[in-house]
Amino acid sequence: MSDFEPKIVVFLCNWCSYAGADLAGVSRYQYPTNIRAVRVMCSTRISAHIVLELFKEGADGVMVSGCHIGDCHYINGNLFTKRRVKLADDLLKLTGVEPERLRLEWVSAAEGEKYSQVITSFVKKVKELGPSPVLKDPKLVTRLGAAVMAAKYFRSKTLTCKEVKLTAKGNVYEEVIGPKEYDLMIERAIEDEYQKSLILTLSSQEARSVIELAKEIGQPTDRILEYVVALRAKNMLALDRIEGTTPRYRATIGGA
Amino acid sequence: MSDEEKRIGVFICHCGSNIAGFIDVPAVTEYVKTLPDVVFATRNLYTCADDGLTSIKESIKEHKLNRVVVAACTPRTHAPLFQGTCQEAGLNKYLFTFVNIRDQCSWVHMKEKEKATEKAKDLLRMGVARARLLQAQDEVKVGVTSAAVVIGGGVAGMSAALSIADQGFPVRLVEKESELGGFVRNLSSVYQEREDAGALLKTIIDRVRSNPNIEVLLNSEVISADGFVGNYDIIIDTKGQERNDKVGVIVLATGTREYIPKGLYGYGQSPNIVTLTEFEKLVKERKLPKLSSVAFIQCVGSRGQDKSYCSRICCNVSLKNAMNLAENYKNMRGLEGTGAVVEAAAPKETPSEGGERRHGRRGRRGGAEESEEGGASEGPKLEIVIFNRDIMAYGVDHELMYNKAREKKVRLVRYTPKNIPKVSVDSGKLVIDYWHDTLQMQRRMTPDLIVLATPVTSQADAKEISMMLKVPLGQDGFFLEAHVKLRPVDFATDGIYVCGTCKGPADIPEAVSQGIAAASRASIPLARGFVQPEALSAFVDSEVCSGCGNCIEVCPFTAIRKNEHGKAEVTIAACKGCGNCGATCPENAIFMNNYSDEQLLAEAKAALQEAKG
Ligand SMILES: Cc1cc2nc3c(=O)[nH]c(=O)nc-3n(C[C@H](O)[C@H](O)[C@H](O)COP(=O)(O)OP(=O)(O)OC[C@H]3O[C@@H](n4cnc5c(N)ncnc54)[C@H](O)[C@@H]3O)c2cc1C
Repeated sequence: MSDFEPKIVVFLCNWCSYAGADLAGVSRYQYPTNIRAVRVMCSTRISAHIVLELFKEGADGVMVSGCHIGDCHYINGNLFTKRRVKLADDLLKLTGVEPERLRLEWVSAAEGEKYSQVITSFVKKVKELGPSPVLKDPKLVTRLGAAVMAAKYFRSKTLTCKEVKLTAKGNVYEEVIGPKEYDLMIERAIEDEYQKSLILTLSSQEARSVIELAKEIGQPTDRILEYVVALRAKNMLALDRIEGTTPRYRATIGGA
Repeated sequence: MSDEEKRIGVFICHCGSNIAGFIDVPAVTEYVKTLPDVVFATRNLYTCADDGLTSIKESIKEHKLNRVVVAACTPRTHAPLFQGTCQEAGLNKYLFTFVNIRDQCSWVHMKEKEKATEKAKDLLRMGVARARLLQAQDEVKVGVTSAAVVIGGGVAGMSAALSIADQGFPVRLVEKESELGGFVRNLSSVYQEREDAGALLKTIIDRVRSNPNIEVLLNSEVISADGFVGNYDIIIDTKGQERNDKVGVIVLATGTREYIPKGLYGYGQSPNIVTLTEFEKLVKERKLPKLSSVAFIQCVGSRGQDKSYCSRICCNVSLKNAMNLAENYKNMRGLEGTGAVVEAAAPKETPSEGGERRHGRRGRRGGAEESEEGGASEGPKLEIVIFNRDIMAYGVDHELMYNKAREKKVRLVRYTPKNIPKVSVDSGKLVIDYWHDTLQMQRRMTPDLIVLATPVTSQADAKEISMMLKVPLGQDGFFLEAHVKLRPVDFATDGIYVCGTCKGPADIPEAVSQGIAAASRASIPLARGFVQPEALSAFVDSEVCSGCGNCIEVCPFTAIRKNEHGKAEVTIAACKGCGNCGATCPENAIFMNNYSDEQLLAEAKAALQEAKG
């Protein structure tokens, strides 16, 4: 494993982290060569699906780095970054890819040394984890495809952007939700979306029975049946044929 | 544009040996030639030098390039230069992209030439992948209201207002208090030459008052601001009445207040323990008690004690006041009777002071650190001690003042954060027990007055203003400029500028320079008469938009609104292109110009391929 050279994509915000990375250079702080940086105006730009898409393509690690909380040049963009990375993280866990391959860091324009340290430690961690298992395992590709799909859903996206409002100002009924409760609520919702996406992805490959889906996904049959009913009601899944007494379903919208 | 043939030209900079010393530039150049749509690749000793720029321009013509990639230092400093060059050659500047192979490659992998070269190849492959998807953009022109509002009538705000007004633009100068002048109104004299603070202020205030382009609004505050560079609708509350106004630019100069050292060094336990500002007021109002011994304590509540930062000016301010006392005490003293508080205090004693003197070490800057001979040249001896962690008398003049203070027998006693002086009040008398670091012994002094040098700290309403103007505050609560070095008086938001102590501790010369600098920046859109924001904005595909409003909720600049069809619509000039809405839109109906999902993914995915070559 010693000659494993991971490929790690790092998203840097223009104002703080990219400047911090430049400062590391100006100060000649050395760090491993494994990272490939992509500059964005604000770390908030990075939706969860972008991160997951990279894991699906076999990235060994992904890091998102922005200004410290309170220092965002777009007022509070990084609060949303935190949420989005959490969403990617939650989904990554569901797919079975090690969540340690994803990291969120705050690096300011003055923290050249910190940047080099953060990179060094992350590269070390990813080297310990070894090469990404994704490309060698079609199941993981399917699952990541479902995760990408789930990350794009209305519910996931809406929940990730409402934290600030719901936890601070309350919903339309003025019920303020605690941050812990909110996390839990999101985690549940995300899992729902993920299971549904996975059903759609699997049944877009071939028509599937509920039992098959349950086995493939590793969830109890009644739970899968519930999802199948819900997806059918939304016309996202349709009966393909009945084999013997077993109905088989096929996705009506393209899986990932 | 998308089906037009792509012709990418790549220019790789050696940066002397800064890049070429650590990366095999010829190998990278050869590799780049194998990438799709690259029709030309070359390397230059310095791409940013004249011949480098000329080579870009000529190649654009000769090879009919319609995309340009430069691999060199960092876009943060050099992108505008190369974009300008492309434009001169007739290529839209949004068809240019930058690859950082110096600051983030050669300089950080100086001992791994082979791996650094591989990384540079990858970075170029990523840049080319991005370049293939770039689209030409038009920058829209937006008209400008040629007027400014300056918020805060301290020295910084007044200087800014004067400078904008002198260039011929009308200015509203909005001051919360009933008088102009700001913090300097508390001061009696200002360093270096014990200049009369009141006279200094009067000079500026008179110029402001007599300038026909400046409208001074006292007892006033800006309570709402909507719009974007060149076009702000503001509401000013002036003496309880609301007034609507239109301005093109906003200069923020709201200054600071002093930190109140609650619970530190006995503050509040005796009227003779005061902050530096309170001391200045006592001097100004000639209420200084009769003194024979004064202790200043530096870094009270700053540098980690509560606030993390160094307030920067307090060393110089304490030195100023110490010098003032040493040279001028007889003229500063409170009028007879007003100083009664301390008169009753017991005679001073500083146990084993002689020993201290004998063992006194010569300070690092020389001089009589421990000398206790007479303070004031005339009259009874006035003992002055400055307890400090280290004196930061930055700059030439202050260093001279520091030396002079030592000549005047101002004692400078160092303390460490682990072992700070202990102040107690013993039946009205002040006692300082302190560890003398040089002598390595515990000592005591009983001054008549203790002056606590506390930091300046952000205004109580800083957060509100930050939300109103949609400009950021840093971790310490001061306003945060777009870039400390390159854009020190701009906010990241165009059209709003910042100067003076509201962006961090500064003295008068600095606050004034910043005021003038901010005025000069603010005058650019006013003089030009139009603004042309960078085309980084978000676009909503109204066919796809479901009108859910998520984007409106997350936009930090209120740049998105619902139009009459219930669809989201972006005000291009107000949008800064952060991408929050783009990442939020559940319908993927928002397209980020120059940072689209497609472009980001193409660039990032290119990182994951292997270099063959
Ligand atoms: C104890 C002490 C001694 C000092 N001595 C010296 C010295 O000897 N020499 C020297 O060079 N410097 C000295 N300074 C520093 C000097 O005071 C500052 O550099 C200067 O005051 C900065 O000016 P400013 O305009 O940025 O802010 P300020 O002077 O703080 O002015 C800000 C103005 O904005 C107004 N304002 C605030 N909020 C609002 C609002 N929301 N709407 C409208 N108006 C608002 C305030 O009322 C105030 O008038 C000293 C500072 C301290 C603390």
